[in-house]
Amino acid sequence: MASDSDSDEDFVTYGTPLEPLEEDEPLKKPVPLHEQTVKDEKGRYQRFHGAFTGGFSAGYFNTVGTKEGWAPSTFVSSRQQKAEKQHVRPEDFMDDEDFSEHGIAPREITTSQEFSSGRKDAVREKARAVNAQAALIPGDTLLEELISPARLSIGVELLRKMGWKEGQGVGPRVKRKARRQQTKGSSRVHGVVLPPAGSEDSEQEEDDDDEEFAPENVTFAPKDVTPVDFNPKVGVQGLGYRGLDPGLALLGGGAAEHIDLFRPQSDTRSRLFGGAQRGSRRGGGVAGQAFGVGALEDDDDEEVYHRDSMSRYDTVLGGEEPGDGLYGWTAPQQYKKKAEKSKDASYLGKILEGFTLAQKPVRDKTIFPPPDLPRDYRPVHRFRPAVDVKSLSGVSPALAEALKTSRGHMVKEEPEQGGRHQLDSGQRRALLGEDTLQGPSSVMELLRPEDRERLKNLRNSSNVPATKAAPTPLSQDALKSAVTLAGSLAARAAGSADHGHDRGHDHGRQQEALAAWKGIQTTSQTFRPFEKNPSKQARYEMYLNRLKQGDKDALEQSLDSGVTEWERSRERDEFVRASILYRPSSSSLSSRFTRAKKEEDDNSVEVSRDEEGDVDDKQAAVNMKMFGKLTRETFEWYPDKLLCKRFNVPDPYPGCGIVGLPKVKRDKFSVFNFLTVTESREPPAPPKPPESGKRSRWDVSGQKAEEKKKEEDPLSELLSAARNQTETKPEKTLPASTSTNHQTPDSRTKEAKSADQEKGNKDDQEEEEVEEEENRPPMDLFKAIFAGSSDEKSSSSSEGESEDEEEEVGDIKKEEVQGEPQLINLFKVPSSSSSSSVTSSTTTPNTTSSRHTAVVSTQNSTQVEEEFGPKLPPPSAALSRGGATSIRSPAEEEKLSKRSKDKKHKNKKQHKHKKEKKKKKHKKHKHKGKQQKKSKKETSDSSSEEDSDGGEPEQVSTEELLKRLKSMKSHETW
Amino acid sequence: MAATLAVGSGVFVMTFPQPRPQAPQLPQHLLTTIDCQQGAVRAVRFNADGNYALSCGSDKSLKLWSVSRGTLLKTYSGHGYEVLDADGSYDNSQLCSCSSDKTVILWDVATGQVTRKLRGHAGKVNCVQFNEEATVILSGSIDGTVRCWDTRSRRFEPIQILDEARDGISSLKVVQHELLTGSVDGRVRRYDLRMGQLHVDFISSPITCVCFSQDGQCTLSSSLDSTVRLLDKSTGEMLGEYKGHKMKGYKLDCCLSSKDTHVLSCSEDGHVYCWDLVEGSLSLKLPVGKAVVQSLSFHPTETCLLTAMEGRVQLWGLEPEETVKTEEDTMAS
Repeated sequence: MASDSDSDEDFVTYGTPLEPLEEDEPLKKPVPLHEQTVKDEKGRYQRFHGAFTGGFSAGYFNTVGTKEGWAPSTFVSSRQQKAEKQHVRPEDFMDDEDFSEHGIAPREITTSQEFSSGRKDAVREKARAVNAQAALIPGDTLLEELISPARLSIGVELLRKMGWKEGQGVGPRVKRKARRQQTKGSSRVHGVVLPPAGSEDSEQEEDDDDEEFAPENVTFAPKDVTPVDFNPKVGVQGLGYRGLDPGLALLGGGAAEHIDLFRPQSDTRSRLFGGAQRGSRRGGGVAGQAFGVGALEDDDDEEVYHRDSMSRYDTVLGGEEPGDGLYGWTAPQQYKKKAEKSKDASYLGKILEGFTLAQKPVRDKTIFPPPDLPRDYRPVHRFRPAVDVKSLSGVSPALAEALKTSRGHMVKEEPEQGGRHQLDSGQRRALLGEDTLQGPSSVMELLRPEDRERLKNLRNSSNVPATKAAPTPLSQDALKSAVTLAGSLAARAAGSADHGHDRGHDHGRQQEALAAWKGIQTTSQTFRPFEKNPSKQARYEMYLNRLKQGDKDALEQSLDSGVTEWERSRERDEFVRASILYRPSSSSLSSRFTRAKKEEDDNSVEVSRDEEGDVDDKQAAVNMKMFGKLTRETFEWYPDKLLCKRFNVPDPYPGCGIVGLPKVKRDKFSVFNFLTVTESREPPAPPKPPESGKRSRWDVSGQKAEEKKKEEDPLSELLSAARNQTETKPEKTLPASTSTNHQTPDSRTKEAKSADQEKGNKDDQEEEEVEEEENRPPMDLFKAIFAGSSDEKSSSSSEGESEDEEEEVGDIKKEEVQGEPQLINLFKVPSSSSSSSVTSSTTTPNTTSSRHTAVVSTQNSTQVEEEFGPKLPPPSAALSRGGATSIRSPAEEEKLSKRSKDKKHKNKKQHKHKKEKKKKKHKKHKHKGKQQKKSKKETSDSSSEEDSDGGEPEQVSTEELLKRLKSMKSHETW
Repeated sequence: MAATLAVGSGVFVMTFPQPRPQAPQLPQHLLTTIDCQQGAVRAVRFNADGNYALSCGSDKSLKLWSVSRGTLLKTYSGHGYEVLDADGSYDNSQLCSCSSDKTVILWDVATGQVTRKLRGHAGKVNCVQFNEEATVILSGSIDGTVRCWDTRSRRFEPIQILDEARDGISSLKVVQHELLTGSVDGRVRRYDLRMGQLHVDFISSPITCVCFSQDGQCTLSSSLDSTVRLLDKSTGEMLGEYKGHKMKGYKLDCCLSSKDTHVLSCSEDGHVYCWDLVEGSLSLKLPVGKAVVQSLSFHPTETCLLTAMEGRVQLWGLEPEETVKTEEDTMAS
């Protein structure tokens, strides 16, 4: 390009340029090493004294700071930056452990009081107290008892609201007889921590209550349970060791009457459990096992290490009175017995903390003496023949060896009785709580009747030896199991040790396999279960083939004879199993599964789910200028994931596979598919004009076609359309090509004219046309319509139509005659550019360039220009002439003005013409929709064609129309 | 501007009592005329910062100009047919252009080489635009689809094809996460990527050009019924209607001024019409020439306008060269 050369100087420069070198400037000498100095930020020299001693000198004589010592931190006024001031808290200097000492709350997440259960829980407290007794320092929990939070935990409050009361257990109410009034208070069972030491009164089993008397139909809350305090044992003392009792040690026990804790331990505990005070009170002093007698103790006659009192022992044979106030009363025998039983425990001695006496005595372990060796026993081991371990895949060799030696052959899988694979489908269904599967319940139902019959015959007649070995229900069982589960089969086949049984079993299944495969001539590839082992697979296939032929000895014949018996049996099992499992589906499974009708449904088309609403309403709204809700529609739209990523926007529908508008599949060939734009099955926008005033002929005919279609069968319509199409196809191209070839200049003029026409047309006319184009219904519709019309015409042949046709063509001709003088002008303006073929105008280059190409393409290109909405403005005349001059010459000016004038003129003319047409339209509105529609539709196209065969207007027949349609279609496909 | 505009109600409120409304700041003086020598200029576009201009010629070339000096910087040739639209990336490192040859080309600005040639449209490509980060090129074609091309990957297939339009796409604009398309089927579609929604506004007349307002609250759409409409983006209600120009057959541009004060539109009668956005009154009728004003582009920040007519590109500014304009300069009528 010529302008490139001068534009090269106009590049933008970046950065700061280097200083220009002056020629006479002396070269800079390099600075010697000793002159290279280092300065600090204040410009003072810094001495370098070696890398190992710290690099440069710093501070005051290489110390830190200044002459005065540490460099005082420079004063910074904090007036402006108070907010930023760092407050150092004492906590920063403290250890975490010390926080609590100084009352600093920990800053960690703890359970808030609301949810903590630190409330007064009588039972838990009791348990704690009990356990505290056993602690090293008894009475540990005293403090905790004194300080108790006032609030209840949320769980307790909830329970209370549900009707729970303190002291009760949790759970459903129990129907139980009322407790009788006990003299010793409420002695309950307290789980394992119950200390039964000598107090048989506490052993009040629930069973006991059963014998008591109480009114019927009264329920009680369940008994409360004292939770076990699972404190780990921390000391080194032995089990049952009891620490010093502070009650006795410190207070001498005398004043300890009020507080439970300060009683001697056994008493305390019994009190805790509501037990009665017992026996004599000790004098005091330090008691317990930890210490002997203190120095201050004066009674020397006490035992030193362990004090025991007679009160711990029963003095009466046969036990004390039960303490329930029933002593002497002839209570039922059972009660007595129970009491006695528990009483026995007390004689066994002291029971350790946390232990109770077993209710049931442990059964004696009977020890059998070792068997007597036979006399002739010789402890020499005899080895069994080796089995190929490698063939047993999945098992370690050692294990396999072990199994072999132990059982003679390796069991593949020890079936677990009642395991998952042992259940049948019914049982599993019951376990899972599922509904019964829809479909045949029995295998026999799955089989075809003939198969069933054959099976029955087989079982009855030919299988006598088999049934002898194995009873009939067994084979039935085998049938069932074969279908239901592979696992059970495998397990059963491999796992059963009983060989005779196995045999019968096997035989039954062989019969079944035979029944399944017999007579089936499937050449298609079936499942190959032993693909990994080709020889085995070959054997299996041989077996199958024999099965198909109905060979009863198929199995035995097809087995490999060169292997061990065990392997043979194994293979036999496998083959039978496989043949049953992978039996041809026609017999068993076909009824359960429905085959997909078609892989690819060609007859359906994807249609967007959300259809646009009625265009009429919108058009009305637009006319009323009521934009907004009426004209606005919002759809769900799924952008591509990558697109969101590129736009830096989060995916609005994460994890959704849809892209674009959601689509639904619909029948492709359904006419309604295309007729219904709205959900209400109304005719679509194109055939129905939004405004009656702007009604184009297209629309009328469309409506008519619609109506017609309703009457006729759409399918036959389509068919006839297709037929017509094929008929007219060969005829179509030839005349078109000739016409365009001969008439190119003419057609171009026409095109130019039409272009101008379009430009200069009236508003509504314009809109109308565009409307037509934009809302063009799909080809199928056209086909259907026009095929129908042509059919109709051929059959009924209304004269009015042809008349109209004639009239219209005549009209067009007239128009042409009228427009003749202008044609030159019209031609000139756009084609002045076209004549100079280098510069391109909107319309002409297409035609010029493609003139020598196929006719269809010419039509295409011309069509393209007119088919789609707004055009590009044509380049000016100045441009077309080379475009070098930017100033317009007067001649051009003139021409332009002329052009505009022409336009005006033409406008007028067109206006008139349009009026005419309108009139016409009103006139023949009724019976002449389609033809008009077509001729109007492709103004340029058809006009040129009409021009070409204008001599015989009657010839504008269905063929012609179809031709045009075809051309339209080819444009679409282009 | 939008602060003074009570959206939706149609009531206009002045937030600040201005002592005297400023005279309209409009580019009414011809500063430069560039003869592009590339056939008819189909589109002229400012780059992102407004220092450079792109002109799309019907002789298959795309040219880069320095606006201030009016000099040609580079010619990009590689299209097979006339270039219809172009856009520059935010960092001025890349250009994209579309053409009647159904392709979209991504150019390297400095070398002038074709970085990528994107084929896939079934018809001529009317409009093309980068997204904000130049990671995606969006192109709208006469085949009724908008294709989203990835510039980051080597993939030659579009990321997504938006085929919702029932007719050709005549114009599209991208702002942040929103894509505005105008179609010949008379609908303005706004794709909201963040919300995953598609809003369709029915205008009924074929759309020739769509624009977002600078504040992103309104959309401007010109259609072949010789009307420019300002719609509220969120509700679709019409806020303003601008008439008087002539746009009946050609795909001509419209735009908003850099401060959203005025609406500008090309006209087939050789003028650029300029309306006051709020009042809807015609503030300026700029005589560009005798032919059709094909394209126009408003400077992103300044009061500066580029127009294309036939083979010329003209730059219009607030003040004539070297002379200070005063307010009594009458508007051209």
